[in-house]
Amino acid sequence: MNTHVLSQLRSLEAESIHIFREVVAEMQHPCLLFSGGKDSITMLHLAEKAFAPARIPFPIMHVDTGLNFPEVIACRDRWVERTGVQLVVASVQDAIDRGLVTEPPNGSRNRIQTPVLLEAAEKNGFDALFGGGRRDEEKARAKERVFSFRDDFGQWDPKNQRPEIWSLYNGRVHPGESIRVFPLSNWTELDIWSYIAEEDIDIPELYLAAERDVVERDGMLFAVNDFITLKDGEQPQRRSVRYRTLGDANLTAAVESTASTFPAIVEETASVRITERGATRGDDKVSEAAMEDRKREGYF
Amino acid sequence: MATDLLRFATAGSVDDGKSTLIGRLLFDSKTIFSDQLESVERVSQSRGNDYTDLALLTDGLRAEREQGITIDVAYRYFATPRRKFIIADTPGHIQYTRNMVTGASTADVALILVDARKGVVEQSRRHMFLATLLGVPHIVVCVNKMDLVDYREDVFEQIRTEFTDFASRLRVRDLSFIPISALNGDNVVDRSENMPWFDGSPLLSHLERLHVASDRNLTDVRFPVQYVIRPQQHEHRDYRGYAGTVASGVMRPGDPVVALPSGLETTIAGIDTADGPVAEAYPPMSVTVRLTDDIDISRGDMLARPNNTPAALQDVDAQVCWMDETATLMPGKKYAIKHTTRWARAMVKDLSYRIDVNTLHRDEAATELGLNEIGRVRLRVTQPLFVDPYQQNRETGSFILVDESTNKTVAAGMIGSLPHPA
Repeated sequence: MNTHVLSQLRSLEAESIHIFREVVAEMQHPCLLFSGGKDSITMLHLAEKAFAPARIPFPIMHVDTGLNFPEVIACRDRWVERTGVQLVVASVQDAIDRGLVTEPPNGSRNRIQTPVLLEAAEKNGFDALFGGGRRDEEKARAKERVFSFRDDFGQWDPKNQRPEIWSLYNGRVHPGESIRVFPLSNWTELDIWSYIAEEDIDIPELYLAAERDVVERDGMLFAVNDFITLKDGEQPQRRSVRYRTLGDANLTAAVESTASTFPAIVEETASVRITERGATRGDDKVSEAAMEDRKREGYF
Repeated sequence: MATDLLRFATAGSVDDGKSTLIGRLLFDSKTIFSDQLESVERVSQSRGNDYTDLALLTDGLRAEREQGITIDVAYRYFATPRRKFIIADTPGHIQYTRNMVTGASTADVALILVDARKGVVEQSRRHMFLATLLGVPHIVVCVNKMDLVDYREDVFEQIRTEFTDFASRLRVRDLSFIPISALNGDNVVDRSENMPWFDGSPLLSHLERLHVASDRNLTDVRFPVQYVIRPQQHEHRDYRGYAGTVASGVMRPGDPVVALPSGLETTIAGIDTADGPVAEAYPPMSVTVRLTDDIDISRGDMLARPNNTPAALQDVDAQVCWMDETATLMPGKKYAIKHTTRWARAMVKDLSYRIDVNTLHRDEAATELGLNEIGRVRLRVTQPLFVDPYQQNRETGSFILVDESTNKTVAAGMIGSLPHPA
């Protein structure tokens, strides 16, 4: 009875591939925003599928905050090596040194990534930037288009979005304007993990649970590393933890977990009761509307 | 076991309890995360509510709250062991038609909410008309707030009869009715003990079991070429593949095909994916087709079967929903048109009538279409489009119009006649 029915993961995959091809066919200079996290790696994996056996026909751009987990950079470099994709690095440290942006006192370079991103996009003439945003992440994303129009300041105006009907995407822009494209719009965190498990995708090992030295701050667990050093009186504890998201190494917390394989992560994700950003990202807790504000300014 | 995907659009205003219903589905299917629930409980308490307001789960952007506006369609996700669901949540208010057209365009199911106390109102008829216009195969009418009419069967039956009468004027393929209370959860996920007279399924199991596989057109092979893959690498020097998404029909290696517009016939040499060749391709698969003969094909062309081709039309009759607030559609105006993977230019030759979405009355004296208005137009297109009637093929029967100066998407078009008799 159920012949010719695609599973939901394969339907999502087909939709994402369609989006990649549509952008490459219609836009002049697309580029994929690559953070080294699971979502951008899934995007890159889908891009590779969309154009096989040819190489990925656009560069990837890493907005490098200089606060990376070394495992993330290593994984990024493995992908570049294997696929032959061109890598553009936009350095936040360099932008601080040049005076384009100022280091915020709280140590978060999250917000100052935006001007760096916009400058690099303009310099390279990118008119379409693929982002790994998913609509299930939070409210500001739930109403964003797959093809999201940005004015010549790179800003998003939620009141002035183009209607998006069927899969007839409209990427037409004037010079200076651009679109952000979200091929993972309809994927959930569980879909991403199920797909990574099904496809056995190469992601940073930090996503898998392991015994790590951690310190508890504000109810969150931070692994001790080059960016998280112990304060007076803090005692590290050895715990089995993993990362649900990978942002800057000085701000991204780990969660207690014994999920050390992809199937175990899928199972854990299916039963977990707290949003991924709520659990692990100090930088998103600022306010409920934090993401909405950052998006308007041109954040990913 | 692999689950499949069901997309549904919700139609109804806040007053009908739509947000509460969606909140209830997300909550009872355990899609709500504890930090989201805590936030909603906190807000409910601070507003002095007696119960947790599940509608807050779908509360929108700060920009909307501050300005008292609603920014069109929000997408939400939940899954059960049987299916993953994508909800296109379209709010009420003035821009309703544009929003619902957007949300319904890809929906398998339209969920129409009716307040049991108010019965079938003008808005209900509009929702039903738009759902059929957009070719949504299944319509589920949720008669909500049954708790406020003492769960009476006669109230439900009265609404069902009225709705069925109206639906008989439209081409509704599958229509069902469920009495619910979104607030109390009656017949949403669990069968209601308050309505033993209702012998149908609760909403969620109805959505889980709805048979949507046969809705797709597996008969007419239509493959719009999206992109030509020609690797500039030594190892694949002779590779030439036509990448695209199967719009309809089932394609197999060895099948004869005709390329449009050239009319040249050849056969399918192979169907590739990154995971290797496949024996069949069907909607909505994204594949790469190789052909036996080296013929000139580019983006915007279409593959079909030699004995089953779409119509090649430069004069296109269509129902158009106008979506732009700053300009109107009038005869003589020119637009960019996107149909499948093909862009062309189109001029409006004629506006035959504007349809009243509440009464279905056709106003033949109309001279323009404004925001949220729907009418029948004739377009002259600069090059042939390969089309099927929308009611037979949503992929090859649909198009958008784009304003060439602002680049905004200004209209959605459905080729062919209305889904109901004159």
